[in-house]
Amino acid sequence: MKFIRHFSFRRWRGLAGAGLAGLLLGAAACRREAEAPAPEHFPAPTPYALVQPPLFPAIPAPPADNPLTVEGVELGRHLFYEKALSLDNSTSCGSCHQQARAFTDGRARAQGVGGALHARSAMALQNLVWEPKLTWDGASPSLEQQARTPIENAVEMHQPLRAGVARLQQMAPYPPLFGKAFGTSTITEENALKALAQFERTLISSNSRYDRYRRGDRSLLSADEVRGLQLFSIHPNGTLRGGNCSDCHGGELQTDHNFRNNGLDAAFADLGLSSQTGRPTDNGKFRVPSLRNVALTAPYMHDGRLATLQDVLDHYNEHVAFNSPTIDPLLLNTTNDPLQQRHDLELTAQEKTQIIAFLRTLTDSTFILDPRFSAPR
Amino acid sequence: MNTSRFAAVAAALVLATALVTACKKDSDPSTPQTGVFALELEPGVGALPLNLSTDTYTTAAGDRFTVSAFKYFLSNIKLTKADGSAYAVPDSYFLVDQAKPDSQHLDLKDVPVGDYTGLTFTVGVDSARTKAGNFTGALAADPGMFWDWSQEFKNVVLEGTSPQSPSRGLVFHIAGFKGANGANNTIRTVSPAFPANTKLLIRPDHSPEIHLHVDVLGLFGGPNPVRFATVYNTMGGPQSVKVADNIAAGMFSVEHIHAN
Repeated sequence: MKFIRHFSFRRWRGLAGAGLAGLLLGAAACRREAEAPAPEHFPAPTPYALVQPPLFPAIPAPPADNPLTVEGVELGRHLFYEKALSLDNSTSCGSCHQQARAFTDGRARAQGVGGALHARSAMALQNLVWEPKLTWDGASPSLEQQARTPIENAVEMHQPLRAGVARLQQMAPYPPLFGKAFGTSTITEENALKALAQFERTLISSNSRYDRYRRGDRSLLSADEVRGLQLFSIHPNGTLRGGNCSDCHGGELQTDHNFRNNGLDAAFADLGLSSQTGRPTDNGKFRVPSLRNVALTAPYMHDGRLATLQDVLDHYNEHVAFNSPTIDPLLLNTTNDPLQQRHDLELTAQEKTQIIAFLRTLTDSTFILDPRFSAPR
Repeated sequence: MNTSRFAAVAAALVLATALVTACKKDSDPSTPQTGVFALELEPGVGALPLNLSTDTYTTAAGDRFTVSAFKYFLSNIKLTKADGSAYAVPDSYFLVDQAKPDSQHLDLKDVPVGDYTGLTFTVGVDSARTKAGNFTGALAADPGMFWDWSQEFKNVVLEGTSPQSPSRGLVFHIAGFKGANGANNTIRTVSPAFPANTKLLIRPDHSPEIHLHVDVLGLFGGPNPVRFATVYNTMGGPQSVKVADNIAAGMFSVEHIHAN
């Protein structure tokens, strides 16, 4: 049935082209036959220019087949907050990725349709345009590819995207939104994923107090926060004291885009990176997340086991599982012990407090209030 | 850009002239011709291939180790001729990362044609460029290769494990250039020799390759042999300087040159 309709439509198009001359000759009777869907004419979408934040690495170009457009991003925003993409109309991307929490959900482990519990914590969505690999285990090399996973995953939105797209086709706002973004009001899975990826690429956080400090306003951080920043950066050597956070959380994006075992466990309930690569040497390695807005993204770690920033500092300072088989060498060899003999980091309580004070300067209130990223009304 | 286009046009004209007149005269010396070459970096541990994390190796002194990360900057590439003249490739900064195969192949362009007999480069990022700031390209590619707090690059990074290490970990961050009178300078410039009677022939219609063997054992052997029981964790400073001297002495060697 479907095939026949498709075939006849193609034939109609061919005939319409061939018969154009005949129509022009004034065969008025033919007009009635041309009542099949009129060809769509949407104006070309408007390019959307991301603003390069000062000091940040250059914004990578989007995929050649999915340039950012104003209309595509706007459609993506609608889809991001669209609950019809979930099995029971209960859940959207925005349910677990809430703007006020830097697009996390405040839960240890994400909760999907029907209260299903995900094995991992919802990651913050920010500065993704710079991320070469997405999710905790690097499963997806592109936002377009990644977007399908939470929509279809049984413990997340739990509905085939094919079914979601069929729903959207019947919802009044969507055919024209897709038409404006992609030139056709026939909704496809591919275009839905492209629009979601476009919206996600616009989620740039670059205006925290720390950013403004970095750009030159030295009055913006207190003495404790500045000391926290120093401790965050410094690799201790017995003379210089430091927390050595930035060996992994370095640069303006505060991630080296790597996957590392940070010593949470000696045995792994979740294999992390090796579930993608199959290599035992990748067991227990997870993505190094950016620490931007980290004060908003509790609880912490891939399974949300650490409730507060204090817990995180305590972990790195005194609870690292040094016998973890794939533990990162940087954790084995980072201590403030003047003799450089001990394993533990050996920060003082005050130093931990100062590092946490610095981490709080990474909160970007303009990002979490930006109406461009909020649910459409 | 215009120069190279002009050079290409000029080259074509010269060729056409040669075809028509069978003239054997050299091309106009006022329009220097250029060519390309590539540096192919071939990392290994002695004679063994370097496989991150999976393989265990042994140093000359008998210490066993694995490597989870191996990265270094290679910069200031210079070619020399037998007459002592040299061509420095402008703005040549590369970050070579064992985890990124693409980074092991360096393309150098717009090199004046000639017969070159030597190669010199810096292992690391020179202090002048470091002090100038405003990093782009390879220098901005990996925040983990820069110490924000001291504004110095890690010139060579090796991380891994060793049963001989008291902590089990190996962290070699051969970084920095500061200290009194540059006492902690870990930037080294090397000139690995070409094989005997071998030249790098830069021509407009050739793309020769220099294959460099990059030996991880070079960090741990040489003038200052490293035993992991005592040296397993160095991040700049005197111990890193000793490792830098090892690197200068023997991490790089020219395996062969393809004329192509």
